[in-house]
Amino acid sequence: MEELIKFTLNGKPVEVTADGDRMLLWVLRVDLGLTGTKYGCGESYCGACTVLVDEKATHSCMTPLKMVQGKSVVTIEGLANNGEMHPLQRAFMENDALQCGYCTPGMILHAYELLKKHPNPTEGEIVNGMEQNLCRCGAHKRIIEAIQAAAQAMKGV
Amino acid sequence: MRQNSDLDLDFTDRLADIQFSRRSFLKVTGGGIIILFLLGDIPAWGQGRQPLPTDFNAFLHIAEDGRVSLYTGKIEMGQGVVTSLAQMLADELDVALDSVDMVMGDTDLCPWDMGTFGSMSTRSFGPPLRAAAAEGRLVLMEMAAAKLGKPADQLTVEGGVVYLKSDKSVKVSYAELAKGQKIARKASGKAPLKTPDQFKIMGTPVTRRDAREKVTGKAKYAADIQLPGMLYARILRPPSHASKRTSLDVSGARQIAGVEVIEDGDLVAVLHKYPDVAEKALTKIRATYDTPASDLNEKTIFDHLLKVAPQGNSVGRNGDIQKGKSEAAKTFEMTYLDGYRAHAPMEPHAAVANVEGNKARVWPSSQTPFPAKDEIARTLGIPPANVHITPPFVGGGFGGKSVNQQAVEAARLSKLCGKPVQVAWTREEEFFYDAFRPAAVVKINSGLDGEGRMLFWDYHVYWAGERGAQHFYTIPNSSTFAHGSGWGTQPGTHPFATGAWRAPGNNTNTFARESQIDIMASAAGVDPVEFRLKHLSNAKMQRVLKTAAEKFGWTPAAAPSGRGFGVACGTDAGTSVAAIAEVEVNKATGKATVKRVVCVQDMGLVINPQGATIQMEGCITMGLGYALAEDIHFMGGAVLDVNFGTYQIPRFSWLPKIETVIIDARNDAPQGGGEPAIITMGGVIANAIFDAVGARVMQMPLTADRVKEAMKKA
Ligand code: FES
Ligand code: FES
Repeated sequence: MEELIKFTLNGKPVEVTADGDRMLLWVLRVDLGLTGTKYGCGESYCGACTVLVDEKATHSCMTPLKMVQGKSVVTIEGLANNGEMHPLQRAFMENDALQCGYCTPGMILHAYELLKKHPNPTEGEIVNGMEQNLCRCGAHKRIIEAIQAAAQAMKGV
Repeated sequence: MRQNSDLDLDFTDRLADIQFSRRSFLKVTGGGIIILFLLGDIPAWGQGRQPLPTDFNAFLHIAEDGRVSLYTGKIEMGQGVVTSLAQMLADELDVALDSVDMVMGDTDLCPWDMGTFGSMSTRSFGPPLRAAAAEGRLVLMEMAAAKLGKPADQLTVEGGVVYLKSDKSVKVSYAELAKGQKIARKASGKAPLKTPDQFKIMGTPVTRRDAREKVTGKAKYAADIQLPGMLYARILRPPSHASKRTSLDVSGARQIAGVEVIEDGDLVAVLHKYPDVAEKALTKIRATYDTPASDLNEKTIFDHLLKVAPQGNSVGRNGDIQKGKSEAAKTFEMTYLDGYRAHAPMEPHAAVANVEGNKARVWPSSQTPFPAKDEIARTLGIPPANVHITPPFVGGGFGGKSVNQQAVEAARLSKLCGKPVQVAWTREEEFFYDAFRPAAVVKINSGLDGEGRMLFWDYHVYWAGERGAQHFYTIPNSSTFAHGSGWGTQPGTHPFATGAWRAPGNNTNTFARESQIDIMASAAGVDPVEFRLKHLSNAKMQRVLKTAAEKFGWTPAAAPSGRGFGVACGTDAGTSVAAIAEVEVNKATGKATVKRVVCVQDMGLVINPQGATIQMEGCITMGLGYALAEDIHFMGGAVLDVNFGTYQIPRFSWLPKIETVIIDARNDAPQGGGEPAIITMGGVIANAIFDAVGARVMQMPLTADRVKEAMKKA
């Protein structure tokens, strides 16, 4: 059923008229053209489609559009602040925490939530926090290092 | 794929008809200086493929603004060649790294290329690329000498500017020299290369050149490409590779507003402007199939594979096997099994195609854009010159994206509906149509003499192929046979497609060989590192093994020592590698956890040490998956794994402490780096499990159940 869904997307209000049962992933990618959010499995197994919904890391492939009514959604395209990259983005670059880069948007957004919960994460907290995000290239070691580096950089910010 | 830092992909349809005659280059590139050169791998790989350039297949261009571009049919899929190739070019030509642009894989801009796999990019591309760049430098130096009126030997270059050594104010830039020129010249191979002590950029760690696009979400992968009026297609799939369709009713799908249904022989698809609506429409199609019964599954497959295996080819032979067998004091006859593996890149196959009249424009996730072009041309019945392929970023390949089925599907559908079409496979389709790493069997009969030295080695590999089959130990009587290919599919062999999977065949071969060596070391009561060193005459392999033992802090003990330490060696793509692992086995469940991996490799000259280290880490991490968990479940041609719920790939919690060492061998030719480290992971973990609990697991993956089973027998 078509309905009007209003939410905040990357800091700006948006209105979408669409079937509220459609998954957020496709609405973001196709209707709104934000293709940084990736499809990897469609069934909540991989984390490639992770976005922030009210600051919470959420699998957009299993989130019906109507669930974000009135909420704030942040995708990888919206993480930079006025063109200034988020410390996590910088840390992923500087630590070479990616190879093919396909898992990277989901990794960064999930790490964002992790650092909210644990500003000073132990390695164990990072591993637990990121466990549901898959990376086939095997960038895990450097992703952990990048999250640690970002945590350092974000101190006192 | 034009990959300078902030440029988005360029989707304009320029230059569509450029053919690669030498004169036409300057039309592609504008004025300046062009050096054409030949990659090493054409003669062996290009045979029978038409039409091929015979005297060059890559070129570099020094533009009138001084920027330098490398045009190559290779592609970047995460392995980092976009960085390492640029480093070589910049260093030999003496320009800044950031003044180099890479134009990769575009079939209208770049010369023909077989594809990107086999750790070949740096290895076979490196020397000719460097030679071409050195030649470019030479040409520019001569031009500078003429322009400045000074002898060339009094000049030097820095950052693309030629100076008089004695007076830096006398200078001319590459840009000024290239201005107004139209020079196209074939590399003679005579220009001297820099020696390692002269390197400024090669051998220096550099972070990825494409990272910015990837961390900001700007990087466009095939499924991210949206053209005006484009439809998303979902295709009807059979339940099994052996199924034949017996009925079809698409009326349910047609009732959904905006859905187009296309039937063209075997191809039945629904298309819509939203992919999720197309998905919904697909579920409304009713189809029935005839699927012949099959008793092949992941347990019965091995007997079948032995039954259908061909005679085989001798891969290596020395001494007299029969004599060795009759003189041996102890013999060991073992059978090793290995299941099917999926490539499972995080990005499933995707492609966008726009067919207009007899012209096709395609953006596929592909490791092989040029073969894709030929296949699409053949399918559509149009000349190959009318097919223009631009590979976008590729979200992991590992061999799986050498198959371009999705690109052909997109092109067919675009032609049929007259609109641009995107085909993006679901994870289930990705598992179903993957060209799996083949299940395989290795039978080894080997023996020791009375002194505990290896006396004979009789090795037969079935369906993993030759790569890595030949051992490198000193064994007086030895024979190695490979039965059947390790990648292509001979009909009647596998119930679905098989193909090259990162270091094809070598993972299976190295698992079997290194397990067998360990069995003999243990039977001889000798420490497994010492046992290997005693049987190694190859200095390179000795050095990597000794370095690994040192770095690990290895102390000798015969296995099983209860420590959970294992070792394995291997060679791949010209590189020698040794790994030592520490494993913890839960005695109640049999579950093995890898705590620490030390991996040492000698890969000759390393262009980007940072990139090479990352590839090793990636190999070790990915290797945990095939060693411990990944296994395709199936019933005949029906693939039962449809997503990551049952097909487990490595996760953060699996990650051991990883330590890597790259031997400094800068005076040797560069060798492959994208695959070697993965080959030892099965063997090193199997050996560490044996060392921990005395249980020898003969089948990969080394699951908890199999470890437990082996513990009962131990
Ligand atoms: S695509 Fe949503 S979790 Fe994999
Ligand atoms: S970098 Fe390729 S999947 Fe993570």
